[in-house]
Amino acid sequence: MQVVILCGINVVLAVSLNLINGFTGQFSIGHAGFMALGAYGSAMFSLHIGAHWVAALAGAGLPAPLAAAPAFLMAALLGGLLAALAGYLVGLPSLRLRGDYLAIVTLGFGEIIRVLITNIDLVGGPRGLPGIPRWVDLFWVGLGAAAVIGLSVHLAHSSHGRALFAIRDDEVAAEALGVDTTRYKVMAFVLGAFFAGIAGALFAHFLGYLNPNSFTFIKSIEVIAMVVLGGMGSISGSVLAAIVLTLLPEVLRPVKEYRMVIYALMLIVLMITRPQGLLGSRELDLRRLFGRRPAAPGAARGGA
Amino acid sequence: MSEFLQQLVNGITWGSVYALIALGYTMVYGILRLINFAHGDIYMLGAFAAFYASRWIGAGTDPNPAKALLVFVIAMAACGAAGFLIERFAYKPVRKSSRLSALITAIGVSLLLENGGVLVFGAAPRFFPQIVTPHNISLGMGVNITNQQLIILAVSVLLMAALRFIVINTRVGKAMRAVSYNHTAAALMGISVDRIITFTFVLGSMLAAAAGMLVALQNPRIEPYMGIMPGLKAFVAAVLGGIGNIPGAVLGGLVMGIAEVMVVGYVSPTYRDAIAFVLLIIILLVRPAGLLGKHVAEKV
Repeated sequence: MQVVILCGINVVLAVSLNLINGFTGQFSIGHAGFMALGAYGSAMFSLHIGAHWVAALAGAGLPAPLAAAPAFLMAALLGGLLAALAGYLVGLPSLRLRGDYLAIVTLGFGEIIRVLITNIDLVGGPRGLPGIPRWVDLFWVGLGAAAVIGLSVHLAHSSHGRALFAIRDDEVAAEALGVDTTRYKVMAFVLGAFFAGIAGALFAHFLGYLNPNSFTFIKSIEVIAMVVLGGMGSISGSVLAAIVLTLLPEVLRPVKEYRMVIYALMLIVLMITRPQGLLGSRELDLRRLFGRRPAAPGAARGGA
Repeated sequence: MSEFLQQLVNGITWGSVYALIALGYTMVYGILRLINFAHGDIYMLGAFAAFYASRWIGAGTDPNPAKALLVFVIAMAACGAAGFLIERFAYKPVRKSSRLSALITAIGVSLLLENGGVLVFGAAPRFFPQIVTPHNISLGMGVNITNQQLIILAVSVLLMAALRFIVINTRVGKAMRAVSYNHTAAALMGISVDRIITFTFVLGSMLAAAAGMLVALQNPRIEPYMGIMPGLKAFVAAVLGGIGNIPGAVLGGLVMGIAEVMVVGYVSPTYRDAIAFVLLIIILLVRPAGLLGKHVAEKV
């Protein structure tokens, strides 16, 4: 059960990063920073304000899950907005920086967030933040995953999505065709960060405890591995890879000491044998699986 | 004032280690446009290779310069070999695919080295033997330097000079520069691009190994995850100086080392890991190509 919820949270993370990395081809390696902002932001809200709401609503006779709903929604939204704001601030340098330089700035951003959290006593500093209300169950994670997947699929099929793919495939050409590249790049960043914040909120209210060490560079790397493994720009690929990479360490638990070594080896072997990712840029399409309709729009795109 | 000078000395020593690691990043990046995330773990491997070598030779029980030098050479050779194997079996197969898959491969190699390190060396920290007995040397004005720091500085400078000689004055260095400029054109001129790339990896790995061992001299605690942070920061140093640029990597490493020591000394040790990145963001916003980087016009 716990694993299913972690899978769901990772799905949200992977799909949200796919909006940045897969759709626009901007390379962000600080996703854990956005997640941390969402997690801590929402947790602070729940601890200091949300808990009172729940108490009041429960006092009015509402059953516990219902009473928690508005508080958690508000917390998640705040966490998401906080991360989105940070995404906007980090997205702005993408006006000036390209490719690897942007990657390094996002990496730096993620690390700065982590160090700041470690140094702020209000949120527990290095000891972590305990006692967060554990409101998240399968329903909330499912809702979060559905929201981010729904939005991404919708975006991929809209004209905005087309613009994003155009930027990924050739930024200069896209600009020449009149695509406002700056606006779209920042938009993708803000959206991706927002959902990373939501994922953070889910994570915080699922575990009930936060620690700055959950949001290291390694966490960002794990999410990138999911996106690349699934296939850049493929939403179903991200979902699939998020599930596979969450389950893999669990499946390998019996061979404990070798677990991470096997994980690393599989990552390398997969990249050597299938550099385009599990699904490439294709989408799993249920209709196509049953042999009825040709591929959805956007399926014929080339690799990144 | 004397405290400031003391911090400066410590910063330069520490910075020269960053510079050594950053050189490996910058050379590989210059040639392959690949961020070799496993580079920091090669640094860790260097420290461990030196650890086992010094045990084997017995350099810890009876310290003398010849043994220390031998340990040093063994560590560098071992890591050069590791760099060769990694390039051959992990990076070469993905060279033709997208840069992102190459990057994920690098991350995979990094995870492999770290977790393989835990398996082979154990997760608990080991203590590096004192192959050079420490003593203080006074520089006047209340500034001290240990002989270990002096060794770190001297060896770093020596290695950097050697690298400069290789890159500027030798045929293989000339070939390296040609390959980094344009793979196809270099191949047309009869340069074996594959061999140059391998050579670059080996060279970079040897420098990282040297850095690993130099650090272990001063901070004897070594463990399989020790490479992550220095690796990351050295990479940031390479970007700071303008990635792909060799003098830039040295400058970036020094700036980074000094900044870090100053923050630890004057602000708070807990902000140590943040300063590198804050500095980086500020410099990139002002000079998007790094301190010594040249701005390259986009090709249409």
